[in-house]
Amino acid sequence: MILASIAGPSLTGGGALQLHTPDGFLSPAVALVMWVVTAIVVGFAVRQTNRSLDERAVPLMGVTAAFIFAGQMVNFPVAPGTSGHLLGGVLAAVLLGPWAGTLVMTAVVTVQALLFQDGGLIVLGANIFIMGIVGTLGAYAVYRFMAGLLGGEARRRVPASAVASWLAVMGGALSISLMLLASNATTLETMGLILGVHALIGIGEAAITVAALLFIQATRPDLFRLRDAFDPMRLRATHGA
Amino acid sequence: MADGTGADRPTPKRRSNWWWLAGLAIAALVVIVLAPLASPDPDGLEKVAEDRGFVDRAQDAVYEILPGYSIPGIDDPFLSTVLSGLIGVAVLFGLMVLLGRLLARRRGPGEKA
Repeated sequence: MILASIAGPSLTGGGALQLHTPDGFLSPAVALVMWVVTAIVVGFAVRQTNRSLDERAVPLMGVTAAFIFAGQMVNFPVAPGTSGHLLGGVLAAVLLGPWAGTLVMTAVVTVQALLFQDGGLIVLGANIFIMGIVGTLGAYAVYRFMAGLLGGEARRRVPASAVASWLAVMGGALSISLMLLASNATTLETMGLILGVHALIGIGEAAITVAALLFIQATRPDLFRLRDAFDPMRLRATHGA
Repeated sequence: MADGTGADRPTPKRRSNWWWLAGLAIAALVVIVLAPLASPDPDGLEKVAEDRGFVDRAQDAVYEILPGYSIPGIDDPFLSTVLSGLIGVAVLFGLMVLLGRLLARRRGPGEKA
């Protein structure tokens, strides 16, 4: 009671702004499996980043993490009584590459859980998997594939990132739906509802991602070169490592 | 994209190293200007959870520092949201730069990245 009176009214009227899956939604078994998978992939991302990260890209990592955190606070309306918010995985991966991008998303989601009580601690592995792995690593693969299909990344960055952004949100929605199903929390019908609302949120994700990339293209196009400077695939090709 | 070719220009040496301050300013502006205008409605997953009744599964956090992007003790919702958001922006920038420095490859001046 004392705590409640000290906390006072919050912006959303007593209920705190919650962007990510809270503890309790997933069964302990599902949460544990997601922790294991996430720890392995993030560990690999740390190793890949350590092998290839160019020190000139470090400030960009900081700014990207700060911007995605800020952007996620801005819920936009998608349907009556329903909002969506930025994920940011494609933006991070396009700017920093998939591995450093995954680390940025991992940092954002972790700070949100530890400092802002947004997203549970038991399900933190699942939340990192959804946003930092499916929504970043997976979406980056889509981005590169689409860019290649459309005629090269430099010329087709916008449509490729738009498609990848929408699919990042859908992939995240599919992931959480399957985890909820595996936790016996929902039905297949609910899965349809979750995917349906995220089809709308994905449009917002694509719009914000494209706007951010166009802004960088107009002001500091050289920032796009930083990623290529430490692209592990290029390093492997040139150094045979 | 007309700028596609621009992206392939070599980076001019010693071009302003302070661009990241502008980037941080943009993130801060998003928190100050846009975050207070954010839709108070639940996001897609939370809305479905409410409608389908599984929102009750949610457990409260075991501790609270800046719960739900607010600062306990600051009653003004605008200040509470903006200040907690600015703390988050600063923490993430600092954390990522620290982590990046630990992980980054140092290159000699002659080494082409």
